[in-house]
Amino acid sequence: MTDFLITFIKTLLVLLMVLNISALFSAWVDRKASALVQNRIGANRAAIFGKLPFNFGLVNSMLCDPIKLFTKEDFIPPNADRLLHTLAPIIAFVPALVTFIAIPFGDVLIVGDRIINLQAANLNVGILYVLAMVSLGVYGIVLAGWASNNRWALLGGIRASAQMISYEIAMGLSLIGTVLTFGSLDLQEIARAQGQLIGGWIPAWGILYQPVAFFIFMAAGIAESKRIPFDLPEAESELIQGYFTEYSGSKQATFMVVDLVESVIVSGLVTTLFFGGWQIPFLARNGFHFPWGGAVLLPSLLVVLLQVGSFTIKILFFTFLQLMIRWTLPRFRYDQLMNLGWKGLLPLSLLNVMVTALVILLTQPAQ
Amino acid sequence: MDHVTFFALALPLIVVAAMVILHPNPVYSALFLVLTLFLLAVYFLFLDAHMVAALQIIVYTGAIMVLFLFVIMLLNLQASPRENQRTGLRLAATVGGVVLGIELVLLLRRAPNGTSQNPLPEGFGTVVSLSERLFTDFLLPFEITSILLLVAVVGAVVLAKRNI
Repeated sequence: MTDFLITFIKTLLVLLMVLNISALFSAWVDRKASALVQNRIGANRAAIFGKLPFNFGLVNSMLCDPIKLFTKEDFIPPNADRLLHTLAPIIAFVPALVTFIAIPFGDVLIVGDRIINLQAANLNVGILYVLAMVSLGVYGIVLAGWASNNRWALLGGIRASAQMISYEIAMGLSLIGTVLTFGSLDLQEIARAQGQLIGGWIPAWGILYQPVAFFIFMAAGIAESKRIPFDLPEAESELIQGYFTEYSGSKQATFMVVDLVESVIVSGLVTTLFFGGWQIPFLARNGFHFPWGGAVLLPSLLVVLLQVGSFTIKILFFTFLQLMIRWTLPRFRYDQLMNLGWKGLLPLSLLNVMVTALVILLTQPAQ
Repeated sequence: MDHVTFFALALPLIVVAAMVILHPNPVYSALFLVLTLFLLAVYFLFLDAHMVAALQIIVYTGAIMVLFLFVIMLLNLQASPRENQRTGLRLAATVGGVVLGIELVLLLRRAPNGTSQNPLPEGFGTVVSLSERLFTDFLLPFEITSILLLVAVVGAVVLAKRNI
């Protein structure tokens, strides 16, 4: 019973964290940072207690936008497929949300004699689970495009299916190098392995072993979350709003949140696989141990809080980075998108796997 | 897997598998096939084959069926009226189905009765044990399959491109 309760609380915490980061933080940064990049002022009209200090567009994006989106009329086009039109946002939302339960957000929390693993679901095939859920995400998009009975929406759906299949391959292959390096598919074990030190003082984070895989994964991840420069499925200047042209109200809001949740998932995976996950350099379970001698011992609870905080800050940073990329780059043409995926990223990731395997074969003694 | 779990999974599986061929709309048919493959993955999960379950979803549900849907949408296939189907094709399908059913019954009669009570070996269904079998006992079939896939890829390219 207690085990069930602990798992329930962990899952709830993780889901709340994802939704908060994506729907509140990212939505706000998306509006305000885009204004900064484009030399505008941005959302600044709505305020609660006078003008300052609540005048950074926070009220706009955290209160006004959700209220507006969720109280608008929910319109289904007369010739649309009513069942699939309604199901599509849910089918898109669920896989995106449940992906995060496999990602560890801390080491272990020790309460009395109980050791709690800070990961909602401890799967020994964690990476495969994440890839499986990411690959399911395309159905909501494709069905939304088809069920709307609108040619722009259909074009968006078809573009999405081709694009996401193409980049999934590069994404999966780029992870093989990381799996070979750490010798595990378990995300918590990969995060723990990155706590070691190379030569006694450099933290053994994944990016030092697999720099090429990081860039391939990041590019493929942005393509999977359908963000500029890969936002062909919803290209505003060509397809109105792409696959969700015919959606309004809370269903449209769901599709917008799905994009943000996917960005947060890419950030979570990049953090866990390449930037040490919840690790802080030199922080062990009982405090800091510096390589130049000396140690600062900390209570267990504080260490856990530091780890969760470090994980959160890393995720926020990579989410911010993706939003900055979004507002900096122009959109690819469709043939450029396909060429990059199939002729650029795919051979590069295959080469990365070969080189990694060769290095491991040469450096590790035969067993 | 006990009997309750088995039937709780088997009945929906048969229903959605039947809907694949019974539904007139090709998009719905493809979606029912997606559901069938997804339920099969759940089956593997209950049989402690986690790796196979994950691969089932990644390869079949996540990749192959998306391409099915892609083609159906690209060709813009509409729901086909029943009277358009040719009677010869229906006859052949019925005969084929009956033969397959008789084969299945014969095979089931030869199968050992009841479920095995032996405990699973250590590390069953994990990536390590699966790959060990794949790269020792089944190395030759594994390599031959990869050559077969390569031939299929080359064949598709040759068919699609007139002048190489």
